[in-house]
Amino acid sequence: MTYIIEGSTGPWEIVVGLEVHCQVVSNSKLFSGASTKFGNEANSNVSLVDAAMPGMLPVINEECVRQAVKTGLGLKAQINKESVFSRKNYFYADLPQGYQISQFDKPIVGKGTIILDMPDGTTKSVGIERLHLEQDAGKSMHDQDPKYSHIDLNRSGVALMEIVSDPDIRHPEEAGAYLTKLRAIVRYLGTCDGNMNEGSMRCDANVSVRRPGEPFGTRCEIKNVNSIRFVMQAIEIEAKRQVEVLEAGGEIIQQTRLFDQRLGETRAMRSKEMAHDYRYFPDPDLLPLVFDDAFIAEIEKTLPELPDEKKARFINENGLSAYDAGVLVAEKEKADYYEIVAKGRDGKLAANWVITNLFGALNKAEVGIADSPVTAENLGKLIDLISNDTISGRIAKDVFEIMIETGGDPEKIVEEKGLKQITDTGAIESAIDEVIAANPDKVQEIRDGKDRMLGWFVGQVMKSTGGKANPGMVNKMLRDKILG
Amino acid sequence: MTDLTKLTLAEARDGLAKGDYTSVELTQAHLKSMEAHRNLNAYITETPDKAIEMAKASDAKRAKGDAGNMEGLPIAVKDLFCTEGVQTTAASHILEGFKPEYESTVTSKLFDNGAVMLGKANLDEFAMGSANTSSYYGNVINPWKGKDGKDLVPGGSSGGSAAAVAGGMALAATGTDTGGSIRQPASYCGIVGLKPTYGRCSRWGVVAFASSLDQAGPMTKTVRDAAIMLGSMAGHDAKDSTSAPMAVPDFEAALTGDIRGMKIGIPKEYRVDGMPEEITKLWENGVAMLRDAGAEVVDVTLPHTKYALGTYYIVAPAEASSNLARYDGLRYGQRVMDEGDSLDDMYSKSRAAGFGKEVQRRIMIGTYVLSAGYYDAYYNKALKVRRRIYEDFANAFGKVDAILAPTAPSAAFAIGENEDDPVKMYLNDVFTVPASLAGLPGLSLPAGLSSEGLPLGLQLIGKPFDEETVLRVGGVLESAANFTAKPFGQEG
Repeated sequence: MTYIIEGSTGPWEIVVGLEVHCQVVSNSKLFSGASTKFGNEANSNVSLVDAAMPGMLPVINEECVRQAVKTGLGLKAQINKESVFSRKNYFYADLPQGYQISQFDKPIVGKGTIILDMPDGTTKSVGIERLHLEQDAGKSMHDQDPKYSHIDLNRSGVALMEIVSDPDIRHPEEAGAYLTKLRAIVRYLGTCDGNMNEGSMRCDANVSVRRPGEPFGTRCEIKNVNSIRFVMQAIEIEAKRQVEVLEAGGEIIQQTRLFDQRLGETRAMRSKEMAHDYRYFPDPDLLPLVFDDAFIAEIEKTLPELPDEKKARFINENGLSAYDAGVLVAEKEKADYYEIVAKGRDGKLAANWVITNLFGALNKAEVGIADSPVTAENLGKLIDLISNDTISGRIAKDVFEIMIETGGDPEKIVEEKGLKQITDTGAIESAIDEVIAANPDKVQEIRDGKDRMLGWFVGQVMKSTGGKANPGMVNKMLRDKILG
Repeated sequence: MTDLTKLTLAEARDGLAKGDYTSVELTQAHLKSMEAHRNLNAYITETPDKAIEMAKASDAKRAKGDAGNMEGLPIAVKDLFCTEGVQTTAASHILEGFKPEYESTVTSKLFDNGAVMLGKANLDEFAMGSANTSSYYGNVINPWKGKDGKDLVPGGSSGGSAAAVAGGMALAATGTDTGGSIRQPASYCGIVGLKPTYGRCSRWGVVAFASSLDQAGPMTKTVRDAAIMLGSMAGHDAKDSTSAPMAVPDFEAALTGDIRGMKIGIPKEYRVDGMPEEITKLWENGVAMLRDAGAEVVDVTLPHTKYALGTYYIVAPAEASSNLARYDGLRYGQRVMDEGDSLDDMYSKSRAAGFGKEVQRRIMIGTYVLSAGYYDAYYNKALKVRRRIYEDFANAFGKVDAILAPTAPSAAFAIGENEDDPVKMYLNDVFTVPASLAGLPGLSLPAGLSSEGLPLGLQLIGKPFDEETVLRVGGVLESAANFTAKPFGQEG
């Protein structure tokens, strides 16, 4: 896909790299035993280490290391068997130590790749520069008191993975696809819950513009955008701003900017933008983080099938289109749902029902797959009812509507509503005879070669049987009776 | 009756075991001595009630036949160790009134082994100093007096601990050593001080100065006492990632008195320009004593020694500048702010009022050497030199079992001296800093007197985690030196 901003002086291309902070799924924090549970009472998940009491020391939580390695493997990235934690020094009220323990020049995970699934079914590869582990800060609350700010340290010290992409993104939609895919991968892996609205996944976007083919321009970093849609908007708006500045003869100043979704603009951050010198140095409280191949191999064994592999399998084994397969694997829950429906059934038919009917209905109702009133088992049963000719495809749609409303079992619905298909030849025959008897002129038309009229007869018979007659049988018997 | 404050730790241990006296009696004698010597300002906080309570509990424990390694022995705790419910200041105004809800690993171990805490010993603020003149709670005065009767510094930073032990105000004391803070005051006060190998004792609950250097150790009257006490301080601690997962040997058993055939290295680079004649003499005497005891003395070279002090004064302040960032007036300790102040105003006011001059100086040095554009020239280079210094020692220890050197370039000096120029003060650490940078165990023991009649220490440096050899050689040197001089008022 190409995305070109047509400026007054010519075309501009955008160059984007994303830095995503993913909160690691773990029971306790990166360097302390305090709980990571979201939504607990303020300052209740705080250990002596998190509050930076004198003499307290960090001890690495091995589970967080495993999760980072697992994520690295999921990103097909290089795992660094030796990495180093460094201190990033700055003063802020929600940073009790006065420094954040992070990784600077020796991150735990190096170069990797993410394959983007674009809406048009194409793919694009975006490089991962690195993934490193670091501590989250606490939360400042400025609305609790007229004079003072309040601090909640529950989040202080929670493990984050900062995942940095290469500047390979050239389209706002690619940024969206990147985040969607990254979220899918970490969710598949169970290393991050990917909830952007709860802040467990946060995104900074580095945006610059250039004339196509020319070297990179100066970038601006848009901080802490909290939804995929806003990231795409922010990139678009920031790129336009940069083009305007450049075309007016101005210069882009490398700076950190905030995206205001309400006003639809980005603006330079003020207070925190006092040119920090973070004075990174290796944290002397921690030894270098070292593990061996066996440790990695152990984690590798626990890797689930990831979206790209699942997609390939759906295409190759279930005969799905790349697009359908992409839609299904985008969320693990969707893929899992589909797999239950498709098990022992026609994969394509299952995909049609899941994507067209189920997702359509869920979207309309604004309900997620996890809250679907129709269980995968019941949707499977519905497909079985069609396959074994218990109901017709048309009736199935009605049954499905009822299932969406009530969450009921399709077999029971068919039973109770008497929707079972009529396959009894006698019953169909008498219905056909009635229609033939009532329309001798139309019968003649068919016999005169107007085949098309046969469809009309099928419709009439279906109508008179309340749609329950097996359409195949009706068709065949009509043909035999009129033309036979 | 014997003066219980003149006992060594080992003697008191044996006396308690024999039932010659109780821990309460022993403790009371020391509390009385503390009261009598308050002018020396060795303690920031005395904890007499807690001490008596602990002593009673200890006597009861002993009566049940359940005596630990340090059972009933009253000690001073450097006020850098967090002690549960007892004010812990690090000798800084910024922590005044801070009472931790936790007990440091080292003091926990000591108390579990039966030790009784007399109080929290004075020190240089945040352990930054070589004279104990930077404490917010006042200077510590050395129990030893110069010929003219002038008050002398006890050395630093564990000056209160050293003065307490030398002055009969504690049987022993905990110290911490970052660049010489156990060994140099031990030398100035005529006692024994052992800085163990980095990682031997847990740093958990010790207020951090420079994390890659800080190490707790015993300050005692004899080498045997140091061996006993170290056994109760050392050991792996899962709460300190830098603590070594190693078993604790029986250090006292290492004192065999036999060093025949051992090789002792003499580093020529420690013969620094302008070293007083009496220090050279002391060192030569030490060499002769070890030789007489059957050790082989060999010359070794530690070529990067001359860079050690400079390296130390980059690495230690760098780490300190970051370690001390947590003292921000927010969660504990002193806060200074006025109506309408911003967060930054509160930080600057609290830290300006809370930190003394030397601490501020080191925070500034540390911030500078880590800052963009200077990092490579200072901090990064210092790390490289540090590596070289370590390699120097590793090479030397390929040939020798221990290294003998002076502890400090002089005897204790008068309070007020060396205050005009920080670098002069820093020079006190010239012989102790290299072993700190290399993480090696170092023992200082009194080996002679200066022309003014003040104690002078010799230092033994050992291989990593080989405190046993250091103690064994130290024991032999101690016997040979037969240092019996006592500070004024402590004679007889």
